[in-house]
Amino acid sequence: MRLFRDVSFAAQAGEWVEVRGPNGSGKTTLLRGLAGLTRLEAGEVLWNGAPPRADEFRADVLYAGHAAGVKDELTVEENLQVALALRGITVQAGAFDEAIARVGLARRRRLPARRLSAGQRRRIGMARLVLDPAPLWILDEPLTALDADGEALFNALLEQHVAAGRVAVIATHQPLAARPAREVRLGA
Amino acid sequence: MNWFYFASPSTFYRLAGWVAPWAFAAAAILAAAGLYMGLVVAPTDAQQGEVYRVIFIHVPAAWMSMFLYLVMACYAALSLTFNTRLGAMMARALAPTGAMFTFVALWTGAFWGRPTWGTYWAWDARMVSELVLLFLYFGFMALANAFEDPRRGDRAASLLALIGVVNLPIIYFSVQWWNTLHQGSTVKFTGTSMHVTMLWGMLLMAFACWMYAMGATLVRARAIILERERRTRWARAL
Amino acid sequence: MNGFTWAFARDLRIAWRHPGETLLVIAFFALVCTLFPLGIGAEPRILERVGPGVIWVCALLAAFLSLPAMFAADYTDGSLEQMTLSPHPMMAWASGKIAAHWAVTGLPLTVLSPLLALQYGLDGATLGTLAFGLLIGTPLLSLLGAACSALTLGARGGGVLLALLALPLFVPVLIFGAGAAEAQAAGVSPAPHLSLLGAGLLAGCVALPPAVCAAIRIALD
Repeated sequence: MRLFRDVSFAAQAGEWVEVRGPNGSGKTTLLRGLAGLTRLEAGEVLWNGAPPRADEFRADVLYAGHAAGVKDELTVEENLQVALALRGITVQAGAFDEAIARVGLARRRRLPARRLSAGQRRRIGMARLVLDPAPLWILDEPLTALDADGEALFNALLEQHVAAGRVAVIATHQPLAARPAREVRLGA
Repeated sequence: MNWFYFASPSTFYRLAGWVAPWAFAAAAILAAAGLYMGLVVAPTDAQQGEVYRVIFIHVPAAWMSMFLYLVMACYAALSLTFNTRLGAMMARALAPTGAMFTFVALWTGAFWGRPTWGTYWAWDARMVSELVLLFLYFGFMALANAFEDPRRGDRAASLLALIGVVNLPIIYFSVQWWNTLHQGSTVKFTGTSMHVTMLWGMLLMAFACWMYAMGATLVRARAIILERERRTRWARAL
Repeated sequence: MNGFTWAFARDLRIAWRHPGETLLVIAFFALVCTLFPLGIGAEPRILERVGPGVIWVCALLAAFLSLPAMFAADYTDGSLEQMTLSPHPMMAWASGKIAAHWAVTGLPLTVLSPLLALQYGLDGATLGTLAFGLLIGTPLLSLLGAACSALTLGARGGGVLLALLALPLFVPVLIFGAGAAEAQAAGVSPAPHLSLLGAGLLAGCVALPPAVCAAIRIALD
């Protein structure tokens, strides 16, 4: 079943691309294809001007989909530790505590994730965004379940990311504070 | 030669439509000849009497059950490696025929076993691995149809077929590895100890089964192709 | 920290926090092993004769029970995607998960088996062969089960489909494992059975993790 065709875009350092479209237009599929989870029938993905080597690309990409990748049985700090170890990232204890505090989970850090609300679970993902130096973000609806504070925090993180010369591809229904360098519209 | 020419479903559809009737015709002729050899010409067995004649169906069916699984696994490997749609469709087309031959082999084996060794079923290595083969066929068909997206079913079932292919050497060599009810290999490439008419009867029936399998698979493949490609231009033009 | 230890430690920690699965497997094993003598009568000679086979079948079924959950939780909460996209090689963390699965299912079954086999009046040497066979066989069951479990992620037909796929593949393990203990009980050397089982385990360790990785990729596609 063909979802979209003739989609082409590029992002330079310090730019981010917004992917918009109605439900079912293929935003998630496009993002998963970029990240390498789904096979795209035709077309190619270039990173730094060349088709990327799989393991290098995976190290460079931070993908966050609809499901947060948070384990119910582990606490907030364990979830973050596990997520960072999975990405091969080590951080100082100080930076770790700072990140948890910045996303507002300091008082809940020893709670199992099962006891958090949906928005609080997504903040664990945002703590990962704070600590992960990946140059490419591929994010699918990052504002889901976030309250006004959470949205403000995300917008701040995105600005920081882009200002550091990094790149992002973000699918979103709601407009973000920063203006995208490019807009990709899917679905007629 | 462009190997991928026939990998296009529309060309394969036409090719299959042309070949299938000939395959069925060949199957009918070979079966008639084989059964004549087996039931009329071949002599009565010294030890088993007339009952042994079931081998003219039992052995070809067993050969086919293993051969078709091997072919299915090859198509599965092709479809996973080259990501072709047709490879997976052929594997799906082969599975029911393969399962049928496996069932026939087990069933006729049971009927042979009863008068000869006093039991319908004995848990020897070859019978058990043949039964496992039947379940592998069923598992393949079940897995292929267990997903909303048929392509996902294709890929999962193809991988399963490859995992199960290890069962084939076990069936084939089991008569050597264990002392089983089954005799050792009587028919080898170097020659045989069997009476020549019995051998011919079996070989003719084997070829007949092969032709039948080809015909049945091609017809089924055409049906699968039509169903999958029903939205394309060439299918709608039919 | 490499991918294997990452997955192994994480899964063990999760199982420790949420021991329901493991306890279920062990309880099922114990229950079914106890049901058989109740069902077929407690005559010692019969029990001795069927003991190895029955215990193996119970272990097999108990191991099977734990299969659906192997990848399901990670699949639904998005962890499987994150793992696939991590810089760690897929084979590493997939093997780690399978090893952790064995540690919380196969290993307890193996340790418990001599105790349960006492109900069947098996002698010491047979008990030992039974346990040793399970020690080699249960990792192979975890490997085969992982492949089937990954293949059926998101499939309709759930547990029944998994049974149809996994149990036929379990059959050779059962035959050799139970065969070893039965040989020992009959006074014959169990070495051929055990070495075939060992060979199967080695082959499985080499060939099945790539199959599991391929199945996971297909599931996420």
